[in-house]
Amino acid sequence: MISIEPVAAPGAPLARRNPVAKVVAALVFSFTLLATLDPVAPAIAIAVELAVLPLFGIRYRVLARRAWPLLVSAVGILVTLVLFAADRSGRVLLDAGPVLVTSGVLLTALGLILRVLAVALPGVIVFATTDPTDLADALIQNAKAPARFAIGALAAFRLVPLLGQEWQMISMARRARGVDAGRDPAAKLRLFASTAFALLVGAIRRGTRLAVAMDARGFDAGTPRTVARRQPFTRADAVLIAVAAALAGSALTISILLGTFRPLLG
Amino acid sequence: MSGVQLRGFGWRHAGRRAWAVRGVDLRVEAGERVLLLGPSGAGKSTLLSALAGLLPEDSGEQEGTVEIDGLDPRKGRERVGIVFQDPETQLVMARSGDDVAFGLENRGVPASEIWPRVDEALRRVGFPYDRDRPTAALSGGEQQRLALAGALALRPGLLLLDEPTANLDPAGADLVRRAVAGALDADTTLILVEHRVAEALPLVDRVVVLEPGGGVRADGPPETVFGAHGAALAAEGVWVPGHPIATRLATAAPGELLLTADRLGLPPRLGPVDLAVRSGEALAVRGPNGAGKSTLALLLGGLLRPGAGRVSASGELAGPDQHTPPHRWRAPALARRIGSVFQDPEHQFVTSTVFDELALGPRRTGQPEAAVKATVAGLLDRLRLARLAAANPYTLSGGEARRLSVATALATAPRLLICDEPTFGQDRRTWRELVDLFADLRDAGHGVVTVTHDPDFVAALADRTVTLERS
Repeated sequence: MISIEPVAAPGAPLARRNPVAKVVAALVFSFTLLATLDPVAPAIAIAVELAVLPLFGIRYRVLARRAWPLLVSAVGILVTLVLFAADRSGRVLLDAGPVLVTSGVLLTALGLILRVLAVALPGVIVFATTDPTDLADALIQNAKAPARFAIGALAAFRLVPLLGQEWQMISMARRARGVDAGRDPAAKLRLFASTAFALLVGAIRRGTRLAVAMDARGFDAGTPRTVARRQPFTRADAVLIAVAAALAGSALTISILLGTFRPLLG
Repeated sequence: MSGVQLRGFGWRHAGRRAWAVRGVDLRVEAGERVLLLGPSGAGKSTLLSALAGLLPEDSGEQEGTVEIDGLDPRKGRERVGIVFQDPETQLVMARSGDDVAFGLENRGVPASEIWPRVDEALRRVGFPYDRDRPTAALSGGEQQRLALAGALALRPGLLLLDEPTANLDPAGADLVRRAVAGALDADTTLILVEHRVAEALPLVDRVVVLEPGGGVRADGPPETVFGAHGAALAAEGVWVPGHPIATRLATAAPGELLLTADRLGLPPRLGPVDLAVRSGEALAVRGPNGAGKSTLALLLGGLLRPGAGRVSASGELAGPDQHTPPHRWRAPALARRIGSVFQDPEHQFVTSTVFDELALGPRRTGQPEAAVKATVAGLLDRLRLARLAAANPYTLSGGEARRLSVATALATAPRLLICDEPTFGQDRRTWRELVDLFADLRDAGHGVVTVTHDPDFVAALADRTVTLERS
């Protein structure tokens, strides 16, 4: 089951920051790191990210559980490069027929893995510490996003966890009707497609009903909206963004000074 | 405090040949409490949508006029609040208080007034938790009371309720009706659509009956309307008080054993249960919300793997698979032996026409095409679906969808039928047909298990009742 609820202690000093500030800080940090292909800058960035984790009120164990898809993709990168890398320079570490592992291959793989982790972790941290309602409120109030988009997405988002249960019900209902795939892979694929289609039809019907209910309560009727929950954007929020930019810049600077910097462009 | 005036009102949804509602002349004074009745398909819900201003001009064709306090309802939307049937698709926000505040924000109520009005609305409907309670953690009845609070917080002059208790268990439905009775201001106009007349009567002082072909059949105080039209309405499916339905209990002793549950459970959803189902017997499973009734139905139906204990089918039911539990049978074999009817009929639909839907089971279990055609024709006829044979299952009304979902389970002639809340939200006519259908099956030697909250259904059909406790 995909978890979408925030997992942080809500009182932690950085978890409390304005959601828009957190998103912007994460974007600034990640995009700066994209500028280089070397492994040093991302390694520094990951160290920084892990160091600030307590300030966001996230425990390392919780992060590991939340970030498991990232770890899986890291393993995927390693396996792919070991098997298919074109550049097989450096010392030979393992020679097992078609699999030739060299120090060059491992270095390239390591660089890529570090980049993926360094760029993705800020996003994971932000969403692990942000309540979806607060994010929608802040997008409307601080980033001037249209309420039609932000609240609409929020309402749709609330229906997501229902899809898992729905999938299970549809699958069981099909079995009760005498429909199963047995061991035939083509039948399995067809069953999967038809279950997905039924899920989609159900989701659209529910979405339509929800839209009518929102309409009935005056949503997007042209009246200027007021806000029940203020999301202040304070100096501390501006500082968070500035510090994120400075830290990412420092990681790049260190990489340049060490001579490992490899620009993405040029 | 809003008045309603309809003059020759009609509405036809775009792309439909028939008018959903037509020729309605009706005047409702401010502060009146009206119960709107009519057989399935008389256009009650369409009329409410029109009053709520929820029929955009480009979504169909209008005849005549509809006015709220002299205004087109599309322009007077702030005067009207509406609560629908399905709790799950009415709540917008993750926290209860935020959901009530949602409408107030949309209407531009000043921020300083929002939270006092939210608290007041929650108090009026008897909402038992604080504002931060997650909406996902509420029961159906609590969600409906929250939706009512969301409508009332906007202080509508006219409140529309479209079968707000149809999807609820009796206890939850009762709390919602009490909330409506207690929360309305004396001068709020109320228009209520509800099949279950006896429960709705304390809330209303006037009854309006729509005629399916168009127009208003009857209008007046409840006793006058039911005195003149009660029997006809009951025959058409309205639950008119004082028209009891004949019971259909078994006349013969039950036959051989079909299915046994032995310390069967699925922690934490269901604690250990022992029960046996015999042929020629209708067994009812009751119990409060959260006791695991639906889980038990899925376990008995061979659709879920038991977490504890076991389900065993007798030789009579299992044939060659006697030593394998039902959840490990292949699907076609399962469908021939045990039929399951789900709470939500739409979960079960696989094809794009009613005919194919009924033919699916027999085809999957290897019947020749001639036999399939005969089976389908018999079921279409038996369940009044013949004129819908080419219709898409998803376009059926609630009663039609329910009848189809039962028919699909019967198409493979299973020895045992397991139904989860088959009578939920059904009108009196479909309800009576279901009782007769299940009773006929039982008398023909099938076993019937129904998980249900409906005490009348248990009284009319069940030979034996098993009650689950909350685990």
